[in-house]
Amino acid sequence: MSLAASDKHNSPLKSLPKSPTGISGLDEITQGGLPAGRPTLICGSAGSGKTLFSIEFLVRGALDYNEPGIFMGFEEKSEELAQNVTSLGIDLNQLQHDKLIKLDHVHIERSEIEETGEYDLDGLFIRLGYAIDSIGAKRVVLDTIENLFAGLTNQGILRAELRRLFEWLKQKKVTTIITGEKGDGTLTRHGLEEYVSDCVILLDHRVNNQISTRLLRIIKYRGSMHGTNEYPFLINEKGISVLPVTSLTLDHPVSSERISSGIPTLDKMLDGKGFFRGSSILVSGTAGTGKTSIAASFANESCLRNERCIYFAFEESPLQIIRNMHSIGLDLQKHIDKGLLKFQASRPTLNGLEMHLVTIHNQIKEFKPSAVIVDPITNLITVGSVSDVKSMLMRLIDFLQAEQITVLFTALSLNNVVNEQTDEGVSSLVDAWLLVRDLEANGERNRGMYVMKSRGMKHSNQVREFVITDKGLSMIDVYLGPDGVLTGSAREAQQLQEVTGTVLREHAVSRKDREIERKRLVLESKIASLKEEFESVQDELNKTYIEDELRKEVMDKNREQMTRSRHNE
Amino acid sequence: MIEPLQTEDTDSDAEGHPYILHLFVTGASLHSTRAITNIKHICESYLPGNYSLEIIDVYQQKALAEREQLIALPLLIRRMPLPERRLVGDLSDTEKVLNGLGISRL
Repeated sequence: MSLAASDKHNSPLKSLPKSPTGISGLDEITQGGLPAGRPTLICGSAGSGKTLFSIEFLVRGALDYNEPGIFMGFEEKSEELAQNVTSLGIDLNQLQHDKLIKLDHVHIERSEIEETGEYDLDGLFIRLGYAIDSIGAKRVVLDTIENLFAGLTNQGILRAELRRLFEWLKQKKVTTIITGEKGDGTLTRHGLEEYVSDCVILLDHRVNNQISTRLLRIIKYRGSMHGTNEYPFLINEKGISVLPVTSLTLDHPVSSERISSGIPTLDKMLDGKGFFRGSSILVSGTAGTGKTSIAASFANESCLRNERCIYFAFEESPLQIIRNMHSIGLDLQKHIDKGLLKFQASRPTLNGLEMHLVTIHNQIKEFKPSAVIVDPITNLITVGSVSDVKSMLMRLIDFLQAEQITVLFTALSLNNVVNEQTDEGVSSLVDAWLLVRDLEANGERNRGMYVMKSRGMKHSNQVREFVITDKGLSMIDVYLGPDGVLTGSAREAQQLQEVTGTVLREHAVSRKDREIERKRLVLESKIASLKEEFESVQDELNKTYIEDELRKEVMDKNREQMTRSRHNE
Repeated sequence: MIEPLQTEDTDSDAEGHPYILHLFVTGASLHSTRAITNIKHICESYLPGNYSLEIIDVYQQKALAEREQLIALPLLIRRMPLPERRLVGDLSDTEKVLNGLGISRL
């Protein structure tokens, strides 16, 4: 990706043409391979893999890039060499027969040679030139050309001739690898680096805690950008693979698709939807807190979605995990039978970290899963220091994110104190961190689950009680009683108490209701009698009023009659 | 197989163990011409009539370079008497050449 980008960038100018090595990882570091048509020096101490490196360069060139190559060995005989690389699945004899590779062993023995005056290395030139022309070689390896210094004494002539040789190889436009044994304080015993100045690669082999790591470093690469770190590399049955310590850029594609964790209540804590696809998740906790169960639930869930999942177990054997997960109602065997789930179990001490990383890489490339589980990463500490493990996991996460694979790590925390910063230092690398913790109270242990972080989503800040039942895993809201957080049987006791309280309260409420009703009735009857009283008073008052009216009427009538009768008389 | 460019055969059976010498050169380069002159002179002076010298131009037969394990040139190989001896250089150091060929000064 970065190569394509740089090509685009440099399109107006012609950038240095490169010859891909075909060695996985190296072409990324060198952004395309070794300088085409120029010599490259590969130096390193004995057994650092120089010869193998150059053989692989030739074989890949011949098979993958249609560039035949010459191997001129000053050390091993051709037959020995062919035999030695057979273990890597390379059939040099067949390649020689197909005219893709030509081996030439240069035998030079001081005791057989007498120097009687001036000479030159024309014999070597003719020999090499003839070999190049005979198969149309584009690549040449001179394996430990410094052996010439052991066979011939005149250093002045040799140096001048070697300089001429490298110039001549450049003119021939063949990409050359020259190997050299590391000397004291210099890259090569006879200072070849002075002549080969285009590209220098140093191979190293270090043993730490009885575990060896091979390292590669590009010391110099004229006219090209290159990674400058020490890159661990591996030699296994598939040849050499170099693993970039970190990818140079952070430009993975990201997905906003969400996938379930396999535990519905946990999904609810994570904004109701679960993890992001392609994210990295760390589940840490003390022993026996159910980390493997969480991991297995996640694996189960991805298999139920018909996605592949690969499970790297560093502690338990696959059969053990399958048996144990039956107890929480997960049938992993059926996923294995369907080919959706794959277990890869090994003891961490089986290999160095690098080898583990390569194994994981290879398995992932082969199986193409969409979810990966590493259970637990803590055990890797036994084969490397914390920083080694961290850098390994960082590379693993980089690789998985680039491939859009969701990864779930489990980690064992050794004490109950939550160390907020370091869990193999990966807590800062991962996107989501779940912590399962023992909550010990009243003579029992319960599990509490926290979401320590979850990038890019709302997540619950609550502690949940994490329960493992024979139907699976689930989260229960922890009980906040008057005495603080309650879990386990304390929670259940509190819940029972609450139920009792409710019943009692309901009873009390209904009694009060009846009392009120009664009071109401009493008051209502009182109101009725008062009303009656009021009506009778009103009647009384009305009666007097009417009598007054009547009297007044009658008197008026009487007065009128008397008046009238007086007038009539 | 080896085509002689120039052969000087002079009574090879005279002493019973004749010297068979092969000189590999590269065309008419300075080192080569000097080597040819020197070896002829030495042979004539110390092995008169008792040697066969074959001069081979490697440019003409490039495949020879690998077969004969040629690196430094010019190269003089003493095929006979056994064991085989190899002398590189323009053969200007007569002392060393005589030692190398196992010829005692008369």
